[in-house]
This record gives sequence, C-alpha cells and structure tokens, in this order.
Amino acid sequence: MCDQTFVAATFGPCDSCGTASPLMNIYIKNEPINYCSFCMEVMACQGLQKGETLATLKKECESLKKKLEEDRGKLNDVELHQVAEKVEVVGALSIKTRRVLKGHTNKVLCMDWCKDKRRLVSSSQDGKVIVWDGFTLNKEHGMSMPTTWVMACAYAPSGCAVACGGLDNKCSVIPLSLDSNENCAAKKKTVAMHTNYISGCTFTNSDMQLLSCSGDGTSALWDVESGQLLQSFHGHTSDILSLDLAPSETGNTFVTGGCDKKANVWDMRSGQNIQSFECHESDINCVKYYPSGDAFASASDDATCRFFDLRADREVAVFQKDSIVFGASTVDFSLSGRLLFAGYNDYTINVWDVLKGTRISMMFGHENRVSRVRLSPDGTALCSASWDNTLRVIDIFCCFQA
Amino acid sequence: MTIRTARPDRVQHFRPRMHCLKKLEAMVVEMQDQKSGVKGSEQKLNVTTIPHVLTGKDIIAWIANKMKTTPEEAQTFSTMLVAYGYIYPLQNHKKLVMCNDSSLYRFQTPYFWPTQKWFAEDSDYAIYLAKRNIRKKGMLEPYEQAHYNHLHEWLNHKWDFIVMQATEQYKAGKERKKPDRVVFDCQERAYWIVNKPPRRTHSAIDCGPERLIDPNTDEKITFDQYRRQNMFYQQAIMRSKVKSSVSLGALVKYVTTYKNHDPFLAPCLPSNPWQTDHDAYWTLNMRRVDLPTKMRVERWSFSLFELLSDLRGRDDFKIFLKKEFSGENLAFWEAAEELKWGTAASMTAKAETIFKTFLAPGAPRWINIDGRTMGLTVKGLDHPHRYVLEAAQTHVFLLMKKDTFFRYLKSPVYKDIQKKALNPEAHNFSPAQLEQNANSRSPGIHPIILWQQEEEEKAKAAAASAPVDVKAMMSKIDRKK
Repeated sequence: MCDQTFVAATFGPCDSCGTASPLMNIYIKNEPINYCSFCMEVMACQGLQKGETLATLKKECESLKKKLEEDRGKLNDVELHQVAEKVEVVGALSIKTRRVLKGHTNKVLCMDWCKDKRRLVSSSQDGKVIVWDGFTLNKEHGMSMPTTWVMACAYAPSGCAVACGGLDNKCSVIPLSLDSNENCAAKKKTVAMHTNYISGCTFTNSDMQLLSCSGDGTSALWDVESGQLLQSFHGHTSDILSLDLAPSETGNTFVTGGCDKKANVWDMRSGQNIQSFECHESDINCVKYYPSGDAFASASDDATCRFFDLRADREVAVFQKDSIVFGASTVDFSLSGRLLFAGYNDYTINVWDVLKGTRISMMFGHENRVSRVRLSPDGTALCSASWDNTLRVIDIFCCFQA
Repeated sequence: MTIRTARPDRVQHFRPRMHCLKKLEAMVVEMQDQKSGVKGSEQKLNVTTIPHVLTGKDIIAWIANKMKTTPEEAQTFSTMLVAYGYIYPLQNHKKLVMCNDSSLYRFQTPYFWPTQKWFAEDSDYAIYLAKRNIRKKGMLEPYEQAHYNHLHEWLNHKWDFIVMQATEQYKAGKERKKPDRVVFDCQERAYWIVNKPPRRTHSAIDCGPERLIDPNTDEKITFDQYRRQNMFYQQAIMRSKVKSSVSLGALVKYVTTYKNHDPFLAPCLPSNPWQTDHDAYWTLNMRRVDLPTKMRVERWSFSLFELLSDLRGRDDFKIFLKKEFSGENLAFWEAAEELKWGTAASMTAKAETIFKTFLAPGAPRWINIDGRTMGLTVKGLDHPHRYVLEAAQTHVFLLMKKDTFFRYLKSPVYKDIQKKALNPEAHNFSPAQLEQNANSRSPGIHPIILWQQEEEEKAKAAAASAPVDVKAMMSKIDRKK
C-alpha cells in the first residue's frame, strides 16, 4: 500500500493564498510547500523571469528527468523473476467458455461486472447498453444511447445504476429498476461533460461520484447528483484511453494511460499527478491495478504489456514475445495477482504468469479484436468482450506442478 | 459544467496508430522472397490462369516455421495479414481469414498496402464504384449500392470528375491483357473489402474513432508546460522510493498469501458456480449470513482493508470493539467515508453532525487524536469540504491498523467465529445432475432488493442503538436530499 500518498497532507491552508483547499505537495528550490491547484497554475503560467528562456527550462527538464532515472536505477537491486525463483510454476490450464452472450448488433466496446458477481453491463458501437444476468443469460435491460460508439460503461457499487459514455462527449448515469419493461434510458442523467469522446468511466466507492477520462486529454471527478465538477486532472498531452481506481484502503489514487505513451498516477483529492511512467513505445490502451494496489499493468499498441511497481517507482516486467506483433487492448489480473489476462487485436487472449514473466496459455475463440477482459468481483470467472459482437464468460483452472 | 482542456482542438482528426505495420511489411517481404519465401504456383480461376497463387496451409506452415510457433498461432498471425490486406483470398473474398487447408490466396501489391498516413479516400471509392457500375451495368451489392448513393449525395459537386475518371480507368483496363486485368481487379476488390468492409466482415483497418493528435508529428511544448513538468520531476525525485527487493518481495508475498483464495488456482468450495451451475458459493458468502465460511474468515486476517471491505467482517469487528468500549474510532472512520463519498449537497450537514458527535470538547463519542491534527480539522470545519477530515481519518485508520486490528485477531471474538465458521463439502455432481443444474439456474436476489434491505437494516440499527449512530443519520440526510 502506498503509505506515502496515504499520509501526505492534501487538505489545509494553501501556503500561497491561505484558503483551505485540496493541496498539491511540490518543491520550490528543494523546499517542500503545499499549494492549491490555482496558485500552482499561476506559478506555472507567470511570464519568463530574468535569465529564463524556453531553452533553459527545457535543459532543466531534461536534467531533472535524467536524475529521476538515476535515482530509480539506484534502487534497482533485483529483478522480479529473480525474487520469484522459489515460487512454484503454474501448470496446465483448463479453459472453458461457460457463457456466450449474444445480443449486440455491432462491436462490443466495454463491459463491467456488478458487485453481485453475476450481473454485467456491456456497451456497443450500435449505441446500445445492455444489462445482463450472466448466470442465467437473461437480458435485464436494454437501453439506447443517442450516439453510436458507447466506449465506456460502468456498474454502480450498489447495483442500482449504470454509467455510460462515448462519442457524445458525456457520461450519463442511468438508474436501474426491477421492472425489465421500464424504459430506463428515460431517467438518464448527464453527469460528466468533456470536449471530446469519453474513453473510460468508473464509480468511486459509492454511487454518488463518478470518475471519467476523455479523448480531450483530461480526466475528472464528478458529483453524480448535481453534475458538479469536483476535481479535474490535467497532464496528459494527448487522448487518455483508460483509467483504473486503486483498490487500496484509501481509494485516493487512480491511474490513467494515454496516447502520449504515458501512464500517470493521480491523487484524487488534490488533482496532482504524483507518478508517471513513460516506457511504452506506442499508445497505452488499458491500465489496471494489481490487487494489492502497489503496482499496475498496462497494455499497449506496441504489442507489450508492462508491469509497474509504484513503491519502487519503476517498470519491473515486460510481457512480450517475438511472435506477438499486434497491440494489446486490455488487461486484468486474477484474484491473487498471479495471472495476467491480456486481450489482443489479433483476436486472442494471452495468459501470462506475472511473477515469472512467461506466457502460460493462449485463448482463441473470438472472431474479432478483444476489446475488454474483466475478472468477476470474486474471481470466479473472466468475461471477454469483443468486436465480433459477443461477450464470453470464461472459467479457468490451473494446477500446480508437483 | 463542462471541463475545458488547455490543449487546442485543431479540428483535424487522426487515425489511431498502427504500430505493427512495420513488422508486418518486413514479414510480407520475406514471405515473397524468391528463394526462402512461400512457394506459389499458377492456378486456373474460371478461364484465366493466375500466377503466384498460394495455399493457406503452405502460408501457415511457413509462418509457423519462421516464427517458431504452433500452427494455431501461425494461423492467427496469417489471419491478421489477410485482415490488414497484405494477403487476399481468391475464393470467398469477403471472409478475411486464413484457412489451414488448400484455399487460395495471393499477395497484395504494395500499392494497396495499408499505411499510417492516410485513410482510403472517399473520392477514390466513388470512382471504383462508378467503374464497377459501368462494367457490370449496375450490379453492385446492396452495401455497395448504399455507399454509392451516399457518396453520390456527398460528392455531388465532384460527380462529373468522378464519372470521367471512372470511364478513363475502365477504358485503360480494357486495353490490358486479360490475365493482368483479372489480377488487378482482384487486387482492387480486395483493397476495398479491407477498407470499406461489408457487414459481417472483420477488417483490421476498421480501428475505431479518430484520435485528437497526429501520431506522426511531435507537439511543440510551451514554457508553462516545461514549468509544470519541472515541478512534477522535482516532486518525483523527492518522493521516497523503496528498494526493488523490498517492494517485489511484497508482491510475491501477496500472491502467496492469496493463492488459496484465487478460484483459478485453488478450488472454491463447495464449487465454482460457473462450472457447476449451482450458486451455493454465492449464497454462502452473502452480506448477511449468520456464519461465514472458513475461507472468508481467514481472508479477514490478511489486512484491515480486507476486514473492513467485507461488511460481514466489519460487523464482527464492531462486536469486538463494543466489548472493548472503543467503537468510536471505527464510527468516526465510517462517518468520514460517508462525508468523502457522499453527495455535494449533504456535506455541510454531515460535517456539522460529525463535529458535534466526535470532535467537539465533551462530545458523546470523542475520538482521541493528537492536538495538531485536531486543531487543523476543527479549523477546516469552518468551511466544510469533503476532504476536510482527511488528516484525522488517516490518523484514526493507522491507529486501528497498527494496534486494534492485531488485538482483534487475538481476541476471543475472532477465535470464536473461526471455530464456528462453515467448511462446506465440495460438490460432486454427476453429469445428469449438472445438466439439471444448467436447466434450473437460480435467479438469485436482485441487487436493488438487497440494497433496499440494507437501507432498512441501517435505519433499524440507528433507531435501536445509543449513542446516536452517526452513519445512519448521515445516510438519512443523503436520502432526504
């Protein structure tokens, strides 16, 4: 658990203007100070001082970046597969598709599980959002959105609502009801408004707040009831394609990945970008936290998935193979964090051993790109959504070698 | 309220990066090598003889050999070559897959290879369709006819030019020798199947909505962006980091600890509902069971986070705290969570209630935190904000985590529940029973009903207990709004 972020002072009087507000912890000439985001912006945008030019700022930036890399390198005393040498190898996999959910008429772009471990919501290019009971294959609700390409959907923690968004640049929350025939879309409420497409959304620990990320390069935290913008997060220099909320006891951080090849970790309270990783060679399509909250994995168009350790502040593993040439579009971990499931643009899902860094197995079956893989909340099944218009619920069982 | 970005929307939109193109091109060039590439032959198609035709199984075998992979993986890779348009099928031209048999394929000419730089032009497509119209005298497929009508409307201003080009190309085509013409027609048709796929054809060029930046150029960075980056790097350098051996050791430990709780690595008892179609596993692990399972109780001991996240565990923890007369820390933590994650409108009322119940001098459930934190918190409550209790909440949580949690694990309350916990027998269904299960899958209880039940329970608990249950009062305030 990131103790540091947990105990950082993120609320109080700003050192510059004195107002009590969420604070960013920064350093001016090596002295730690706490500024509110407004004072921070003012400081960043003030005119060039005496002796400062674009070139000197750029040089400073490069030398700081180099120093950060050196510091990270100093703590690099062992590799992940070395630490995991004594761990037993995962053996043969038994993979079975238990359910195939058919009903969408075009590419399925996103899906999310409900906390009851059996229901799920999926959204598609055809503009429809469907709530299924995965166990009985019953379609409980089908809602039409005003635009096509609904790229993000999320189930609320209480199970009483879903959120979705896409090319309409908005993220809306739709309360669900017990009556399947009721037109839920009529009670749709617009919460998030961005200036470009919505690529990801998730509820926080309650139904009342929504986190969204967008193609306009920003992510934001919203109050569902009023639609008020609670916090915005700026820092990416291009489209953000994915976000994930930390599963730690604080739930105060989240990670985003974007087309600028960076994965950024943000403090939800102050809006500050606290960590950044630039190791991929192409767009990052998906980011997902490790179950303990101390690490995360990312999937990218450069055909690799990478594993980043937040406490050591560096990339600790790359999941790649010469024969894997097509971009990875989605990742998820198994409950213990031992297995990594990655969906690729060559219609397959690869199962990686996180500790050893090797590929355990491949899953075939989809007829088009796999857009999303998600583990069910209790870890009993994996759901994969694909551009071939179907979703599959897959059950996996590994044995250990004697 | 709309969030505004500082980055300009240059109105131009760019297709997503296709990072794999370079590798694919290198592979395709190798495959066409005279000596070491895939062996092709001449084939008769209708009346014409077409050169350089390959079979699916030859291609797959060559790739499996070259990349040292299984035939399945090689088939996946070659399907992608077809989906991107580097290879096209001669029979069944609308299905962009590679079959591991004697189906016929040809390499696409480099002129028609996919490129990062531009989309296939609409006007080129219009010319192609117009040309097909002339040749086959109006025999376009329904989806092509739909495209044609749309383009006719959209490009009406250019239509004379388009028809002229189409006629010229048609005439030029007639002058070619028949085999060359057939080959060129196949290539052109394949190009358009990939770039404007009919329904039910999966083409890899179809890659989603456009992106806001051009992946081929670098963006100019302004001085304020440099300043922000510098501030970020300084903060990142000063941030304390941990040695890899320590943090990686912790990751490995996490995997080892949870191994037996991972349904993919160890059997879940009585059985995985997805495997046997029997939902006993979910029923036994519901929110309000009298007796939890042994695995669930074991999981509570892994960390305070696990104990508090599982509401059944939290209930057990509360029983322990009640016996110790130290329930106010957890109550404050819960109240602070409700404030943090609650609606914006309810904040002021909640903050006031929290102050009166936990922080004011002589409050009924006064929490014992250090003077500095208390001072900061009370001052912050003058202008309540959802994060005003962060410092106090963190302090209380760390206290529970480092002291109370361990005492709970050693307490009679925990040992008692460990003893009483259920250890269900593994299911052993016969194939007939499995089939029966599959035909009678239980619908379970709808989460909305469970949520309503929870709210009722909370209200009852609030009414019954004294001193005042802050959490219930605050969710009541939430519901009123």
